[in-house]
Amino acid sequence: MENPAPDLRASDLTLAYDDAPVVSELDLVVPPGRITAIVGANACGKSTLLRALARLLTPRHGAVHLDGRALRSLPTRELAQRLGILPQGPVAPDGLTVLDLVNRGRSPHQTWWRQWSKADQSAVYAALAATDITDLADRPVDELSGGQRQRAWIAMAMAQGTEVLLLDEPTTYLDMAHQIDVLDLVTDLNRREGRTIVMVLHDLNQACRYADHMVAMKSGRIVAEGDPAGVITAATVEDVFDLRCQVTTDPVSGTPLVIPISRHHTAETVPRD
Amino acid sequence: MTAREVPVPRYFRLALPPVSGLLRPRLIAVCLGLTVATFLVVCVSLSVGDFSIGLLDVVKAVAGTGDPGNVLIIRELRMPRVATGLLVGVAFALSGALFQTMTRNPMASPDVIGLTEGSGTAVVAAIMLGWDGGLGLQTLGLLGGLASALLVYALAWRGGTTGYRIILIGIGVSWMCTSATDYLIARGGEFQAQAALGWLVGNLNGRGWDQTVPLAIALAVLVPIALGLGRLMRTLQLGDDVAGGLGTPVQWVRLGLMLAGVGLIAFGTAAAGPIAFVSLMAPQIAQRLAGTAWPPPVTSAVTGGLVVVGSDLVARTLLPGTELPVGIITGVLGAPVLLWLLIRANRAGSGG
Repeated sequence: MENPAPDLRASDLTLAYDDAPVVSELDLVVPPGRITAIVGANACGKSTLLRALARLLTPRHGAVHLDGRALRSLPTRELAQRLGILPQGPVAPDGLTVLDLVNRGRSPHQTWWRQWSKADQSAVYAALAATDITDLADRPVDELSGGQRQRAWIAMAMAQGTEVLLLDEPTTYLDMAHQIDVLDLVTDLNRREGRTIVMVLHDLNQACRYADHMVAMKSGRIVAEGDPAGVITAATVEDVFDLRCQVTTDPVSGTPLVIPISRHHTAETVPRD
Repeated sequence: MTAREVPVPRYFRLALPPVSGLLRPRLIAVCLGLTVATFLVVCVSLSVGDFSIGLLDVVKAVAGTGDPGNVLIIRELRMPRVATGLLVGVAFALSGALFQTMTRNPMASPDVIGLTEGSGTAVVAAIMLGWDGGLGLQTLGLLGGLASALLVYALAWRGGTTGYRIILIGIGVSWMCTSATDYLIARGGEFQAQAALGWLVGNLNGRGWDQTVPLAIALAVLVPIALGLGRLMRTLQLGDDVAGGLGTPVQWVRLGLMLAGVGLIAFGTAAAGPIAFVSLMAPQIAQRLAGTAWPPPVTSAVTGGLVVVGSDLVARTLLPGTELPVGIITGVLGAPVLLWLLIRANRAGSGG
């Protein structure tokens, strides 16, 4: 990668759909070369924040900067060569092959007359190989299983070759094995290629396991951020998710493990309020 | 999983100039085949009529040599009609391909979302009220199409436009225009109603160069724009957010595609009336023949030309002594072709 340490930051960011504010006066510095996970309850503004980081949403106030330049001042094409986003639950048109989909990821590098350069070819094949879907290249995306389909979309985002990759709930609709599979793949992207990853995740325990940096959001603001072990405490989880829990240590990864306390099925030894 | 051979796409790549791309052999073959078929149908159309002219004499007459009578019939009577049909077919089909791709929905054709109906209402109003404001029916048809497009876009706008909003609002606008047209016909005189219906069904009878030339000029401008936006259209098929992330200026591309699509449909309707079904059907036929996941623009355009010229040939020769309006035939011939392709696709398990 040309620039291994992209500096992506949001300052005094206020975001709104129509007139309803979703994110207010938010500051965030994305650690370069690391995996950042954004967590929070439904409708806390985490996906909105991700869209603004990719310039899919224009801020009401404040700005997002990439290497000191305001995102809105960057040429569209240049931005797409440096920063990619995979929205939640993307849908490919029926019959589109995996190869065509992954090649679409090369769009920011292609022109009307140059649509399959050597760089395009090697990027597409590298992405297919890394996601282990090379032998599915000529299959229609809509005929794949959920896990394979998500791999194809990640391959598309990989082929785009950006230093920063934003992923909005990349594990949605996948069974547990495929969730782990996709998150391991994302970790590979980060460790092998040094890409900066920011992802919105639903599952706190997965976020703890896979993130270097954790951002917990509530009502459009950042409540806590930092190392998962420091951020995820019973108090923070109760504040952010309005859920009482115990935090223990994940016996496999050694990261925090959140165990919710429910109204039922709770042992006598657990303190109730 | 069984070991499969890694599929290698066919491609071309030149060192200088740095031109490259993926090759789709089936698409190219289908496009060439349709082009040859269109050329043959054009030749037959020029040769067949009240006065049959052999194919060799047709070629001579097109070149301006040979029997002066033949030259007159071919160059002044038959060529403008065939050329208008060809261009109208190209315009309708390309416009359909743009709208269908942009909204990711085959239902979003200009003839479903009210653009042709808008043209129709404007022209029928002029015929029934007997006053065209000195603009002529062609210009009125153009303005009607543009006006309904603006109405659809304005109503569908809500901090950007989405495909399904355009379709729903377009269907509403379409029915408003149809009702207005029906009302105008119902309260008008019999003679005018006859003229209005003749225009509404889509007609190439008696088309001369004065209808062909403006259409040709419009196409010379709009077709390159439409094809130029085609590359960006491919990311648009993946949804607005994915397209935006891939560096496509979504709202600008959508606006450009809408303007090109509306221009194509409005000029086409102005020249030949709202020929039924072509912009919905031709891109879908092209897509299924070519086996692509989207309506291929060039192949769609060729299909549209073939459908209209072929239908007009049938319309002229089906009943001796009567020239049916082409719009009747496009519906009758085109619908079964489309249905057959849809049914066959389902049986083959490739969905639609």
